[in-house]
Amino acid sequence: MTGKLILYLQYPFVRYALIVGILIALCSSLLGVTLVLKRFSFIGDGLSHVAFGAIAISTVFNLSDNMIIVLPVTIISAILLLRTGKNAKIKGDATIAMISVASLAFGYLIMNVFSTSSNLTGDVCSTLFGSTSILTLTITEVWLCIILSVTVIITFVLLYNKIFAVTFDENFAKSTGSNTDLYNLIIAVIIAIIIVLAMNLVGSLLISALIIFPALSSMRLFRSFKMVTICSATLSVICAFTGIIISILAGTPVGSTIVAINAAVFIICYLFELIKGGIGI
Amino acid sequence: MALLTIKNLSLGYNSKKLIENLNFTVGKGDYLCIVGENGSGKTTLIKTLLNLNTPVSGQILTGEGLKRNEIGYLPQQTDIQRDFPATVYEIVLSGCQGRCGFRPFYNKEDKHLAAKNLELLGISDLSNCCYRELSGGQQQRVLLARALCATKKLLILDEPVAGLDPKATEEMYNIVSKLNKNKIAIIMISHDIDNAISYASHILHIGNKVFFGSKDKYIKSNTGKLFLMKQRGA
Ligand SMILES: Nc1ncnc2c1ncn2[C@@H]1O[C@H](COP(=O)(O)OP(=O)(O)OP(=O)(O)O)[C@@H](O)[C@H]1O
Ligand SMILES: [Mg+2]
Repeated sequence: MTGKLILYLQYPFVRYALIVGILIALCSSLLGVTLVLKRFSFIGDGLSHVAFGAIAISTVFNLSDNMIIVLPVTIISAILLLRTGKNAKIKGDATIAMISVASLAFGYLIMNVFSTSSNLTGDVCSTLFGSTSILTLTITEVWLCIILSVTVIITFVLLYNKIFAVTFDENFAKSTGSNTDLYNLIIAVIIAIIIVLAMNLVGSLLISALIIFPALSSMRLFRSFKMVTICSATLSVICAFTGIIISILAGTPVGSTIVAINAAVFIICYLFELIKGGIGI
Repeated sequence: MALLTIKNLSLGYNSKKLIENLNFTVGKGDYLCIVGENGSGKTTLIKTLLNLNTPVSGQILTGEGLKRNEIGYLPQQTDIQRDFPATVYEIVLSGCQGRCGFRPFYNKEDKHLAAKNLELLGISDLSNCCYRELSGGQQQRVLLARALCATKKLLILDEPVAGLDPKATEEMYNIVSKLNKNKIAIIMISHDIDNAISYASHILHIGNKVFFGSKDKYIKSNTGKLFLMKQRGA
């Protein structure tokens, strides 16, 4: 087993997959707590479907690099969704459901009508559930991913205290002069970038899991915002690493394996909390 | 010049007008209670003072070196906060955000201020506790300590005793009155008319009739007499 692993690690594509996978996992876990607490969990879902629609369009136009379309479209949708989230007239979650289902249907329709690919079902399936594309990354894609992830991480660290204040009590933060609209906007843009990145790793249907599971797990274990954030980043990285290794060794799909491990970790944390509460530590 | 001077202020949402041509002042060391029926626009008024809502018309002027972002605010609790994983210290420290501006991290002074306010409200020993596991009264103290990190001059409290038991209510009033004696001006919304009258120096009554003036004048005014009778009867 270990021999096989060491052998695999000599291939650059395996090393790329691990680097990219770990970075994506790290980024996606950072904003999890904020999304869960602000009841924004569904935004992740909605945005990933929008990104799916965008990918469908760029496939049809045969764009070699679909980031050019997918990234801006997702960022704009993120901003719009956060805006309407506050609007009382259309309920935030209803809007999100509307947009996400519509882009899913539209994306599939476009792909079906215009696609020249011989393996349509395979294309769709890999966009939804994550393909083996994580194992076929080019060096350019790896660098793009590293640059985006590092940007996300640095932004998060610099804005950590502001994000905390805005998440805990937006009105209070605003009354003390924080530019809450700006921070909400930045949060939205970061989410959009994370989602586009994570499409590579787990596919658009499973992204929410990558964002939310680590946060939910660590909220079972810790009571301070700082520890919850650190713990969810750690859990997420460990799950992604294990998931990629298992999927290479056992030949399972990468995205589903990572999400399955995240779910298992959540159950363990949940049980841990129950037991701890039960015997009253 | 008073801390706050409100001139011809009108408030409302969309087309609906709530309050028209409101005039009042808050001076150094004042203790102003805002009273009135449910839905009369008390929360809307203080949100406007805090720059969270825009007024329909009128002016809000500050004086005595008070800046609009240096007002401490104790809001009514929101749902998010009920299951928020954060320690008391993290929350109180977040009151220093306004002082930080674009500086990304808290400095020694901020941390010192947070520690001082924890001490002042007698919750230093809770500083590593999880906020969501505290009692209602303790949570209010945490939010009050946070508000104190944001101001040296003026505190605005929106129904600080709502949902507290009699003992915690009593303690809350004592703390606020202690702060007021330390030269911090107080604006408080209260449904508890008897306590409002025993602690406040000034009363602002909003509703069909508007009244602003010292507590003693309020008790003698027609608006005051009527409202007191109604509240005590109910
Ligand atoms: N965001 C909003 N949009 C439209 N109308 C609003 C909004 N917020 C409050 N209102 C309306 O404005 C009126 C005043 O509300 P406000 O919360 O200021 O009352 P209040 O005096 O604080 O009442 P209470 O004593 O119940 O707290 C209410 O009729 C309410 O329905
Ligand atoms: Mg109110």
